[in-house]
Amino acid sequence: MRAVADWFFRHPVLGAGFFILILPFITPYTALAVMILVYGLYALGFNIMYGHVGLLSFGHSALLGGGAYACGIALVHLGLPWGACILAGTLAGTLIAFVMGALAVRTRGIYFAMVTLALSQVAYFGFYQAEPWTGGENGLRGVNLRTLGIPGLSLDFTTPAVRYTVIGLLVWGAVALLARILASPFGAAMLAVRENEARAKACGFDVRLVRLQAMTLSGAFCGLAGALLALHLSIVPIETLHYTTSGVAVMMAILGGSNTFFGPFVGAAVFLFLESVVSTRTEHWPLVVGVVFVLFILLARQGIWGTLVARLR
Amino acid sequence: MTILGFPPDLLVLQAFTGLALGAVYVLLAVGLSLIFGMLTVVNFAHGAFFMLGAYAGVFLLAAGGNFWVCLVGVPLLVGAVGLFVERFLVRRLYGRHIDDPLLLTFGLTYVFVELVRIGWGKQALPFDAPEILQGTVDIGIGYFPLYRLFVIGVTAAVLLGLWLFIERTRYGLIIRAGARDPTIVRVLGVDVGRVWLLVFGLGTGLAGLAGVLAAPLQGVSPEMGTTVLAEAFVVTVVGGMGSLVGGIVAGLLVGVTVAMSALLLPEMSKVAMFLLMAVVLLLRPQGLFGRAGLMS
Repeated sequence: MRAVADWFFRHPVLGAGFFILILPFITPYTALAVMILVYGLYALGFNIMYGHVGLLSFGHSALLGGGAYACGIALVHLGLPWGACILAGTLAGTLIAFVMGALAVRTRGIYFAMVTLALSQVAYFGFYQAEPWTGGENGLRGVNLRTLGIPGLSLDFTTPAVRYTVIGLLVWGAVALLARILASPFGAAMLAVRENEARAKACGFDVRLVRLQAMTLSGAFCGLAGALLALHLSIVPIETLHYTTSGVAVMMAILGGSNTFFGPFVGAAVFLFLESVVSTRTEHWPLVVGVVFVLFILLARQGIWGTLVARLR
Repeated sequence: MTILGFPPDLLVLQAFTGLALGAVYVLLAVGLSLIFGMLTVVNFAHGAFFMLGAYAGVFLLAAGGNFWVCLVGVPLLVGAVGLFVERFLVRRLYGRHIDDPLLLTFGLTYVFVELVRIGWGKQALPFDAPEILQGTVDIGIGYFPLYRLFVIGVTAAVLLGLWLFIERTRYGLIIRAGARDPTIVRVLGVDVGRVWLLVFGLGTGLAGLAGVLAAPLQGVSPEMGTTVLAEAFVVTVVGGMGSLVGGIVAGLLVGVTVAMSALLLPEMSKVAMFLLMAVVLLLRPQGLFGRAGLMS
């Protein structure tokens, strides 16, 4: 058991690949598995800031939502091919994160949460009012991707298996890239900034710059997650941009364990699985999730995956 | 004569409307700042306490009380919930990372909102100002809704009372000392835990008062605290976290900004306050009245 666990922790990319491989077989329906992939990526992207740089953001809804809208607009209004749509979403998330970060990294610590939350509301109202492009209150409808054209191949994206495979491969690629980045000198710089700002500064790091770079990177991953979310749901609800969606990433990261690489992904899986079970029995799912989250903060701050890692290592 | 295409009287009246809106922000920001200044806790549930204030008003009215009973009863009820939250939940997190109390209170917002939905339903409820406060009054340059004037007056009175309490009483002295150096205050034999408890109750009570004052202006719904939280954060960042004067000035400034932009640039009115915050962040990251270094 310990050896298996140890292998898993030491090879995050292979571990994630294994997880993505078995996920559709342990979830009741494929659509839930796709949601877990997408939100898992979103929570991982969020955790670049929270877990690795040590800044709590409540503005990540703007990155997920911006990515989703950009992808949707590229498909619905511009009629771009699917690859370009996903790229558009990723770039939009990156750009919004850069702008938001440039303002927010001027503050520190606890203010980061308040400022990012406030800035994400700008995105919310902005997209809300740009109705001709975004559908306003009703959200962006008709994000229908039916066939995936890959050179020499045409895939039916409406088939659950195809959809899961395509999104699974993209998410796995993103996870591998993120693991590589976190293992790089830049990953070490982020940890240095988190652990001791003054010392990191003394070592010659531009703390603000590292934070801004991390935020921008975080935006790329969340933007990609947003693009995949839009393609999966065929609609972008305006609520995607609301700061309560940022709160979902916060909860997922903490349920899973924000101090581990894979924790947020596990948190997303547990969160969405619980939601699918609880919300069929009672409409008061928010009460359940609120109580569970408060209990985790009080009693199990390491999260599910974090506790597992600590126990089995 | 017109300014920017509007008669000056209208502009002044609109600024007054902004002050009434700002008065609600001031009560929220002062409560938020008081709690942060003492406990270094960002109360993410502040919007939820605001919402609870409005529903506590609905509850007291249904129980046979009138609006004046609400004005006194709501802050006490909501403050009591705040006392409970500090004593049994937030207190456990002192000494842990500064994010943890924020996260805990974030979780509590879900609990509060859902409990209110269970108790009063999902739909918005009307909330009327008492008859004596309805109608308009001539303030020299035009007619102004009496209730908005009343909100400004109540806020001014509460702030005056708060100032006297903090600056002129023995207990206020302990609060000021505790905000500066809790360790020394504790060494001098003061039970700092009890001061923190009361400050949390006071701050949340102010949020409750803001909620019941805002109820006749915007109606009552379980989600009413969600947007207000973002607005209270903007006011706090603009004014400088932990600064009561900053909260007052920024609250009024933000209120007037929102009201003026609604008149001059209606399509910008939702984001005007956030742009104001962005400008302040660029020019003075610690906020108008924040201590330099706290945020730099």
